[in-house]
Amino acid sequence: MISVGTALPEEIVYLDRALLKAYADASGDQNPIHQNEEFALSVGLPNVIAHGMLTMALVGKYLTDWSGGSNSVKEFGARFIKPVIVPAGEKVDLTINATVIEVNGDEIKLDLVATSAGIKVLGMAKAVVIKK
Amino acid sequence: MLAPDSVGRTFAGADSISITQSEIDAFAAVIGETDSSVAPPTFTIRISLDQFQSILTKPEIGLDWSRLVHGDQKFEIFAPVKAGDSVRCSATIESYRVAAGNEIVSVRSDLHRGEELVISSWSTLVVRA
Repeated sequence: MISVGTALPEEIVYLDRALLKAYADASGDQNPIHQNEEFALSVGLPNVIAHGMLTMALVGKYLTDWSGGSNSVKEFGARFIKPVIVPAGEKVDLTINATVIEVNGDEIKLDLVATSAGIKVLGMAKAVVIKK
Repeated sequence: MLAPDSVGRTFAGADSISITQSEIDAFAAVIGETDSSVAPPTFTIRISLDQFQSILTKPEIGLDWSRLVHGDQKFEIFAPVKAGDSVRCSATIESYRVAAGNEIVSVRSDLHRGEELVISSWSTLVVRA
C-alpha cells in the first residue's frame, strides 16, 4: 500500500569518466568541464564534474524503475545545488532514495534525495508519477 | 548582458526536429534503460538546451553561453516523445535578474508535436560573473 510517508528502497549507481563521456555524446552537451580536468581546474572547479542533467537522468531512471517505465512520469524537477565530482580512474556513488509526499488518485508525488560522497547534490527534487 | 526587451518574449526555434531511435537508444543506454519505446523523461533536454543555445545567443538577445551553468530544471510531460516524432521548440524568457554579477535567466521550452503541446520544461541558466 502506497501512502504519504512510504519510503522507496535506496539505490546506488556509480559514475565514472566513461559515463560522463557517454552522456556528453548522448545529450550533445560537450562542455569541457565534464571531460577535461585541466579545463575544469582552470575555471575554479575542484575536478571534472558530472552534468547536472546526467544526475537528473539517473534519478529519473530510479523513478521510472519504481513507477513502471519512461511513460509514467508527469512532472520532474530539481535544483543542482552541489556538483558530483568525478576524479580520473574512480567510480563515485550517486545514492538515491525517495519518499511519497502526496497521493491524488493515481498520481503519486515523491520527494527525491540524491547524494554523492555523502553530500546532497540535488535540492527541491520532486516528481509526480502514475504508478503502473 | 541579456537585452532587457527580450524578457517576457517567446522565440521560435527550429520548426522540425526529428527524433530518431538511435538518439533515444544512446540516451537510454547511458542510464541503463533497456526499454526505448518512448524517450526517458529527461531526454528532451538535448533538444531544449541546443535550441536555447541557438536562440538565446543571437546578438539581439545576447546571452553568453561560454560562462553558463545550469541552476535548476523542471519538466512537465503531457506525452512522452518517441522515435519518428517531429517536434518544434520555442523558448520563452520568463524572468531575468542579476545577483552579485551573475545573470540568472529563467527560460521555458515548449515542445509541440503538430498542434499538441507534449513537453514544457523550465531551465534556470546562470551566467557566472
